[in-house]
Order: sequence, then C-alpha cells, then structure tokens
Amino acid sequence: MNRTVKTVSRLIIGAAAAGLMLAVPASAQRDPAYDAARAAGQIGEQIDGYLGFVGSPDAALRALVEDINIKRRAAYAEKAKAANATLKDYAFTSGCLLIARTKPGEMYQGPDGSTWLKRDSGPPQRHPSCP
Amino acid sequence: MERIGAGLAGAMLLLGGMSVSGCISVNAPDEPIVIELNINISQEVVYRLAADAGNTIEDNPDIF
Repeated sequence: MNRTVKTVSRLIIGAAAAGLMLAVPASAQRDPAYDAARAAGQIGEQIDGYLGFVGSPDAALRALVEDINIKRRAAYAEKAKAANATLKDYAFTSGCLLIARTKPGEMYQGPDGSTWLKRDSGPPQRHPSCP
Repeated sequence: MERIGAGLAGAMLLLGGMSVSGCISVNAPDEPIVIELNINISQEVVYRLAADAGNTIEDNPDIF
C-alpha cells in the first residue's frame, strides 16, 4: 500500500516536472531575421545599450528592432531598479558588454557615439568608462 | 552714526579692491578639447553593474 502511494506520488512529480519543461517558452532564441540583419551589418550595437540602424531599414526591420529595443528597455528598467541604479547607467553598462560580445563582421557604435565601426578580429573600441 | 559711516566706507573700499583684483585670466589649452558623448557615468557604477548586466544578457538571448 505504502509502495503504491510512493509510486503514484513519483508519477505525479514526474508529470509536474515534464509540464514545467514544456512551459519554458520556445521563443527564447533570436529571431532569424534579427540574426541576419546583425550579420549583414544593417543594424549595430549602440553605446547606450540599444540597437541602431546603420543605413535606412525597411519597415519590417524597423519594426523588429524597435520591438527588441522596447523589450531591452523593460529588462533594463526592471534590473536597474533591483540594483538601485538608474536606467541609463544600467543600459550603458549593458552596451559596453554587448559591444564586447559582437562577432567579427557585426557593426557597433564607436566611443564618440556617432560613428559605426565594423568589428574585426581584435577587441572593439569602447568608451573609456566601460569595464 | 559716525561709526556706521566709517563701516560703509570700509566696505566700499573692500568692494572696490575686489573689483580691481577680480579679473580671471583664461588660457586656451594646447590640445584640442574632445567632447565625449554625453555619458556621465563613473567607472565605479559601471563595475558594480557589470556582473548583473551580464546575467541579464545571458538570460534574454532573444533580445540581445
């Protein structure tokens, strides 16, 4: 009897665990169009922590990037509050890291905040305040 | 009354002296002045937030 109870509870726990795994959103990956625009150098990482357009984007790319920037802003705002920092400081710090993480061929904004630079195999040029 | 008059005269003398010696000379620096974009953030703040911001980026691969 005891054994049956244990088996049943194990089954329930197993089912719950499986349910949790299924509940993980499948969209936790980059949109392929976003990846393609990065690789093509149409968009780049700005020093303020947001994405910018290197040239003039079409409507679809503009919408995609604006949506990502709105989500970035929400993430920055939430985390900045928790870390007792300003949104701007948190976003700038993230920008430093995001520029460091660009892959060769991708575009990023130079320390002057206006020039677009292409990442090569060396380290990127970053703002003097970056860690 | 006389005392007040003397006090006023003294104050005026002092002010007069200040306006004579109050010139500030400004020399232009030799190197060009480079204005880094309007980022006014201390390295201390950036270093404090770096680990946290790194986690945020790792946790949201769809938007970073």
